[in-house]
Order: sequence, then C-alpha cells, then structure tokens
Amino acid sequence: MIDFTIPDFINNQQQLIKMVAEQAMRPFSRQLDEHEHERPNVFVDMTWPFTQEMMKRGLKSVEKSLNGNGNGSSAPKKERSGPDYSTLALIFMIEQLSWGDAGQYLCLPHPMLGGAAVQSAGTPEQQVRFLKRFTEGKPKWGAMAITEPGAGSDNSSMRTTAVLDESTNEWILNGEKIFITSGKLALEESDGICVVWATVDPKAGRAGIKSFVVEGHTPGVNIAKQEHKLGIRASDTVALHFDNVRVPYDNLLGSAEVAQKVSSKGFQGAMKTFDSSRPAVAASAVGIARAALEFTIETLKKEGIVLDYTKPKHALTAVERDIMEMEARYKSAWLLTLRATAQMAHGESNRLEASMCKYRAGEAVTWITQKAVELLGPLGYSRDMLAEKWMRDAKINDIYEGTKQINQLIVARSILGYGRRELK
Amino acid sequence: MLDFRLDEEQQMLVSAISRFASEKVRKVYRDAEEDGVIPAEVVQAGWEIGVLPTAIPEAYGGFGEYSAVTGVLAAEEFAWGDLAISLNIMVPNLVAIPLMLAGTDEQKETYLPGFCDERLPKMTAALTEPKIQFDPHHLETTAVSDGDDYILNGSKVYVPLAGNAELILVYANENGRTQGFFVPADSAGLTISGRDKLMGIKALPTYKVALKDVRVPAANKLGGPDGCNFQAILNHSRVALGAAAVGVARAGYEYAREYAKQRVQFGEPIAHRQSIAFMLADMATDIDSARLLVWEAAWLLDNGKDATREITVMKNYVDQLVVDVTDRAVQALGGYGYIREYPVELWLRNARGFATFDGLSMI
Repeated sequence: MIDFTIPDFINNQQQLIKMVAEQAMRPFSRQLDEHEHERPNVFVDMTWPFTQEMMKRGLKSVEKSLNGNGNGSSAPKKERSGPDYSTLALIFMIEQLSWGDAGQYLCLPHPMLGGAAVQSAGTPEQQVRFLKRFTEGKPKWGAMAITEPGAGSDNSSMRTTAVLDESTNEWILNGEKIFITSGKLALEESDGICVVWATVDPKAGRAGIKSFVVEGHTPGVNIAKQEHKLGIRASDTVALHFDNVRVPYDNLLGSAEVAQKVSSKGFQGAMKTFDSSRPAVAASAVGIARAALEFTIETLKKEGIVLDYTKPKHALTAVERDIMEMEARYKSAWLLTLRATAQMAHGESNRLEASMCKYRAGEAVTWITQKAVELLGPLGYSRDMLAEKWMRDAKINDIYEGTKQINQLIVARSILGYGRRELK
Repeated sequence: MLDFRLDEEQQMLVSAISRFASEKVRKVYRDAEEDGVIPAEVVQAGWEIGVLPTAIPEAYGGFGEYSAVTGVLAAEEFAWGDLAISLNIMVPNLVAIPLMLAGTDEQKETYLPGFCDERLPKMTAALTEPKIQFDPHHLETTAVSDGDDYILNGSKVYVPLAGNAELILVYANENGRTQGFFVPADSAGLTISGRDKLMGIKALPTYKVALKDVRVPAANKLGGPDGCNFQAILNHSRVALGAAAVGVARAGYEYAREYAKQRVQFGEPIAHRQSIAFMLADMATDIDSARLLVWEAAWLLDNGKDATREITVMKNYVDQLVVDVTDRAVQALGGYGYIREYPVELWLRNARGFATFDGLSMI
C-alpha cells in the first residue's frame, strides 16, 4: 500500500543525528575544508559509539544463524517476515549526516562501502569475521577499492591481480588502485577493512573478477598518494599500491562457487553492492541539497522575503520560482532514493531504481547548490559562509559510485531491454 | 512504513482503467480530437468503471470512501488514454469532491446520490475567468448577499460540458474570499454561449458562461453560511491534474521509446544511439519523479494535512515537466512527430494546457 509514513524510531534517530550534525559537524566544517586531510576528531569520537551499537544489532541475527546451522559457508539466509528497517535507517542517517557536512560524513567510523560489499557478497562467517571489529575497541573504518588508472567506469578491464599461493593457501595481490575513499583511515590509521577488486584470470574479463578483504596494517599495502580535491576535503581519498600483499584464502568474499575461476558470480556479487551503495550516495546528495535549500530560505526570510505558496505562477518573483524548483528537484530526488531503498528493504530488485535515484540526485544537488550560491549573491560566493563549500562538496555525487552518464546508461538499457551489445 | 506499491484493490482499479484506455479510448481519441466530438458510448464505458461512486460514502448511495491517492492513480491511467476523454469522464468530480470536502449534510443528501447514477451526472463547475493574470483567490465574478439570496455577476470560461449541464458550481468572490455556489443552469441571467476554441483537448466541449444578476438561495452556498476552504478544494483538484499530467507524459514517453526501437537509420534502431537512449532515460526518470511528488501530495491530503506548499511546488514543476517530456517525444519521432497521423503532437498540445488549467478545477 502506498505509504509515506516514516517509522517513529527513524524520526527519533534523526533528531539525535541532527544534534550530532549541529554540534560536532557544522562548527568544524570550514576549518576542515581549509585544512585538507585533517581528521574530524570530534565527529569521530561522537559517532563511534553509535556505529558500535548499530553494528551489534546488525550482526546479532547473522551470529544467530551461524550458531543455528553451524554451517558458515552457505549463503546468508534471509528469513525476514517484515521489511528490513536497518537499510532504511541507514539511508536516513546518511541524509542527515550529509546535511551536517558531507566531507565529515565520509569519515564516519563505519564499514561503509566495504561493509556493504561484505554484507551483500560475504558468507555469514565472513560477515562476522570482518564486521565484528566495528562493535568493539578503537574507531575503525571501511573502504572499497575498485577504480584503477585505466579502469574507471569500465571496471571490468581492471589489472590488479590475485594469485593463489597453494603452498600457504593465501592470495597474493598486486596492482594499483585509485580514488579510495577513507583508504588511509581503513588501512593505515585503524584496524579496518578495505574490499579490493582484483582478477584471478586477466584473460577471463568479468568472469575473473573477485573481491577480497584486505585488513588494516597488512604488509605490502602502500599509500601512494593522498588526493587534493574540489570538495569533501575532510575525507581522505588515496591511491593504493599493492605489492605482494598476502591475504588468507577465506578473504575472498563469497562461497566456494564464487572462488571457482570461470564464473561471473563474483563480479555480479560485487556489482550488487551498487544496488545499495547508489541509494546511499543519492541520500548523501539529498542531504547537501536540503542544507543548501534550507539555508537559502532562512537567509531570504531574514531579509524579509517570505515565500507565498498560494500565489498563482504568474505572480511569483524569479527568486520564488527558483526556490520552488529547488524544492521540487530536492524532494523528487529524495523520493526516488526512498523508493529504491524501500525496494531493498522489501527484498525486491532495485537495479534500475538505484541508478535512477543516484543520477538524478547527483544532478539535482549539483544544480541546487549552484543555484543557492547564485541566489545568495555576495554571501553565497563568500568563504565566510558554507554555501560555496556545499556547492563544491555536492559535485562528487555526480561522479562517484558511477558517473551520471554510467547510471543513465544503466537506466537506458533497462527501460529499452537492451544489453551491452545494443547500447554501448 | 514507507511503501511505494499499490494494494490489490488499487491494482485492480488501475488495470481496469488501463484496459479501457487501450481498448476503447485509444481507438477513438484522434477522430474525437479532429471532429470535436467524443463518442457517448466511450464516455459511458469509462463512467461505468465507477471510480467516483466508489469514492462516495455508502450513506449517499456510493460504496466506498474518498481517497486522493486512489484518485491520482485513476487520473494518471485515464489521462494516459486521452486527456480530453478522461476529463469528460471526470467532470462530475468537479462537483462531487468539493461536496464531500465542504458540503453541508443537506447539500450532500441533495446532490451526492446523483453521482452514483448509471449515467454521467449533468453537473459541472465554473472557475476560470477570461483574463491574462487569472488568480483563483481573487476572482472578478462576485457574489453579494441579498436577504435570503445571493446575487452573482461575472463571466467564466473553460466550463466543461456546460452546454448539457443542469447544475453548475460557480466560484465567485464574496468579500475577498473565493466561495462556491450551486447554480441551476436554467437560472434567469445565466447564459451559456460559444464553445471555447482551444489549442488542445479539442474533443472536450468547454463553454463561456456569463452571469448577470443571477439569484440563488443562500442555502446554495457550498458549505452553508461559513462557506468552504477553497484552498483545500484547489489542492485536491491540483493533485488530480498533476496525476493527469503524468499520464500524458507517460503516453508520450512510451510511444517515443517503442518508436525508437523500431525506427532504423544507418543500419540500426535509433534507440541504439546514446543521444536517443539517454533522452529516453531522462524522460523515464522525469516521469517517476513527477509521479512520486504527486503520490506524496495525495497521501498528505488523505492524512488530513494541508499540503498547500507541497502541492504548489509539485504542480508548478509537473506543469513544465509534462511539456518537456512530450516535446522530447515529438523530437524523437523527427518529422513524423510533427504529422497528425502520429499521436505525439496531440500530446504536446494537451501537455501545454496544464499550466493554464492551474486553478481551473478541470478534474
């Protein structure tokens, strides 16, 4: 039944996160933007207990299923009677944290994308082994390494290799990965995890690609470069070199079937991560859009400009028209995001809708934040305020987790019933 | 809990309308447009689906409860078939929904059972006035209290099916507030003249209506002495119009998509080209965006929220979006898009009407 009711527990959660955003994020936004690569300590310390709680709750059912059948290698059983509220709660949390500060949000001590990959492709045993660390001890981070200098959107042409050393039963990883969000936090500054995509057979194309978990402080992992970026400067983005990095056999995500050399199961499993990560990026985009929109409306109000929603269109000022369009684009991007999330929560396929919300939200936040800077005039362009920062932060959502164009391509193929052959 | 799926009843309703739209409406809509006449049996078949009677409470002869969400689902599906024909079928809503929202018990008892009839009730509404800067909150048609009566003066346009109507709900300015008055079509001083000549929806007859010292009893004022909350009526009408716009946009998009898959140039279907495929992807995303805005607005109304802000934002956005989508549909067909043998030019003309219908309680 069509229903837009947000569960009470999420509303309560949002109030709490808003407080975090106002007290631990916004006051440091400017400082962290101007001092790139500084770690947002206040935010990290304040949110780590929250992550631990959330991860504990999430792992409880996995652990129960493990103890129940004692068979860790079978695929996770999804025996839910109702919707998966944790997925929904996460998307709302990301929106509100990004409203606070999108750069700091990416430094959330949390498994993030790496965790999403482990959850969607890992066995229950692997989920416990790799995610349990996020319930205890010092703050930890998760990351995901896909992109390579020669493999951006075309990630099936990646060159990083994984070779099995049968004498030790370990995988040996070699190669170069770039644009890894929180790579430094996950691998060098904590005992976190980084999910690395690599090929076990470079001639096999997609079928050879598998994902491996590399744990923090593993020898042979070098941080080659820390990028300087247009926005989200609080977040570390690194290039990684893997130089004979050895990981245990069981760090390959998925069941034995996935480990078999010629099977595209691994690649499909990895691609499945996008079905949940794209709505997450969209939610982050929407959070920034809301921040910019609310700030613009409040600032106008202080100047005595109050919007009248009962006026006919011809009587609206240019500013009122702009604000109303910003509202429509913000709200529709959010609803598209919630739809893709609700499908996930109900256990339905959402490939098309995930790409749709991601590309539309990236496009919307880019336009909305640019419009905010424009409408705010000299205040908008000034570094005394945050609007210009939000505009720079926003743009990443048009690019990562699949550029706008790649997601449009996925939508186009889906609505036309085409594959790679018909539509390149 | 957030959910974007139709329930079983809604699915049944939508598929019934979808069948009607593709099997009946799509067979006659082009001739209806060219001739300016909608076949009576098609209107009758659409009316018999019974969307309105299922929205009227049992106490008044219906069998259901009014829901804006169900209303928008129906409106999109009807409008996908053809806008003019769907508006014709939904004209009675112009009176029934304000009655349900604001009518006194006596007014409901008098008029509502008439909407559960097997034939399309002969009731319509008059709101729009012939001026450039039309504002439904500042009407020029006036209602002045005179003893036990009201006296109405002014002129209206775009009054659908007025030529055949027995009762017209006329909106007029009473001391600065827009209020509704039930006016029998044969009242002294009321003249129905000249069918409007419009850019689109040519199949639907709409008329100019002039009121000169038209006298109605005070009891005919919608909502009794306190009147009605006109903004609420407008809001309900606007979500339905928004949904109809989504239906028109979807018609254009689906046609363009199928055309692009068939049309071969340079040895392969034009849909194989990113310039066409990406345009279609954008159209699909636009339509989903618009639909979700409409659904949310309707849901807010069903939950007793005011929603004026959400509805204004949605309506302004969707009015432009439906033009953009149908324009791209024309573009996708190239030269054929401009030819009246193909439907897309009709949808572009119809789409442009939504910005003008704003404030006109067409549905």
